[in-house]
Amino acid sequence: MIEAAAFRQDEPLRRPLRAAALVLVALAAAILVAWAMGNAWWLSFLARVAITATAALSLSCLIGQAGLVSFGHAAQVGLGAYVALIAGEYGIADLTLLAPLAFVVVALWSAVTAALALRTRGVYFIMLTLAFAQMAYFIMQSLSRFGGDDGMALARRATLFGAPVLKTDLGLALAALALLAAALIGFVWMTETRYGLVLRAAKENESRALASGFRVFRFQLYAYALAGGVAALAGVLLANQAEFVSPSYMNWHRSGELIVMVVLGGATSLPGAVIGAAVVLIIEEALGHWTEFWKLGLGLVIVAAVLLRGADLSALFGRARR
Amino acid sequence: MSAPLVSLEGIDAGYGRAQVLFGMSLTVAAGEAVTLIGRNGMGKTTTIRTLFGLIRPTAGRIVLRGRDMTGAAPYAMAQTGLGLAPEGRRIFPRLTVEENLVATARGAGPWTLARVYALFPRLAERRGHLGRQLSGGEQQMLAIGRALMTNPDLIVLDEATEGLAPVIRAEIWTTLRALKAEGLAMLIVDKNLDALLPLADRHVVIEKGHVVWTGSSAALAQDRTRATAYLEV
Repeated sequence: MIEAAAFRQDEPLRRPLRAAALVLVALAAAILVAWAMGNAWWLSFLARVAITATAALSLSCLIGQAGLVSFGHAAQVGLGAYVALIAGEYGIADLTLLAPLAFVVVALWSAVTAALALRTRGVYFIMLTLAFAQMAYFIMQSLSRFGGDDGMALARRATLFGAPVLKTDLGLALAALALLAAALIGFVWMTETRYGLVLRAAKENESRALASGFRVFRFQLYAYALAGGVAALAGVLLANQAEFVSPSYMNWHRSGELIVMVVLGGATSLPGAVIGAAVVLIIEEALGHWTEFWKLGLGLVIVAAVLLRGADLSALFGRARR
Repeated sequence: MSAPLVSLEGIDAGYGRAQVLFGMSLTVAAGEAVTLIGRNGMGKTTTIRTLFGLIRPTAGRIVLRGRDMTGAAPYAMAQTGLGLAPEGRRIFPRLTVEENLVATARGAGPWTLARVYALFPRLAERRGHLGRQLSGGEQQMLAIGRALMTNPDLIVLDEATEGLAPVIRAEIWTTLRALKAEGLAMLIVDKNLDALLPLADRHVVIEKGHVVWTGSSAALAQDRTRATAYLEV
């Protein structure tokens, strides 16, 4: 009896890790196939999938784990891109410096805004995160020194220890995959640590977590800062891929799109966020070829997902969740 | 007796304009088992919510271990050594039994996962199940175990046997006696006088938000008609 129970106890971590491994291997295989076939478009598309998935993943950590629905997460991605752009203007283009810089700057921005937003809950929290994202959007739009409304081209692609690893499409795709893998495994691991448990406990019943002696505010603040930092890293790669940064990265549509990706993949499933991001981008590309109204198709998929209630896309892969 | 572990002094509290507690006072000393009894709607749960900082009192003082904690945040109250097994159990439904316990584990003290499992072997058997998959009795055990995992000096049990099968109730009472024997202070809200009498040292009867009777188990047994007059509808 105890042995059987002990086995079940391992399940919560093992299952998402298996799903994470599956998702990462699939993406790696796709990248290698695209590279072997010499298809530059597919390579850059897959890099974009990995980058966007990292951003969606960090949002999934907030929505699915901490229960904090941020409607401004694209701002964190965009700010990361701007750090890459602005640092590049001042000659900082090596990832050893650029990545920590972007992470810290945006994590700080996230922490400061969260310190205010976290005093509210529900719709008010959503509106405040949106408001802060709009502030970031308009600040960058008014910075004419760095392109203003039109955006600005990146000085040059970033290097790693001086080596131009992001120069080629393959290098960029692999870097994006590496970031995604680190973020995915890190977040999945985090969910099973004490910290992750308290976050989930507070999501389920905040006053119970408080009465157990946890300063929930602080746990959530750290989660928000961490998610912002990870989104910023995605932003750095996004800037490098497009070699261009504009305020449109922070548009609230983009924040909404990230939420769609998270929900489509199953909000409580971290690997699901990666699948959700891939599905949304594939729909965008596939339907975008045919019609500029591709969002109609995406809308139908969302409606279908909602009608299937609970049986989200992650249920199609691996065992169905309860 | 040294300074009490917990003392509520002349607390007024309520929800918005609906005041529930009117000069509520209560103390629990280290190692002491105190009951809080009274009819529904008299302020038992409100007293507990106030003690845990979930409601801010409009008057009076909350003193924990000699420190004035009036108006402190719930986490701060809990960190001074209060553990709560709340009414309705309120376990985390989408966390497993073990996650429920590990999530709240805190402080160095006698309570570890192994000891909670020893106290409630049922929980060990069901450690991999989600909170919502448990029976009511198992959920109650989990709620008590979760409170113990914070290594409290005082455990507060709000209607811990409510709605449970008699055999499970008996098990819970046995467990509480064992905890009492170990010197854990407890504040118990319950309606089952026959089980409370042998367990508790002192009883506090409240009506309409303030104390109307208080005394030892012996006094309550003697004065049962007068004290229980407050309990009957």
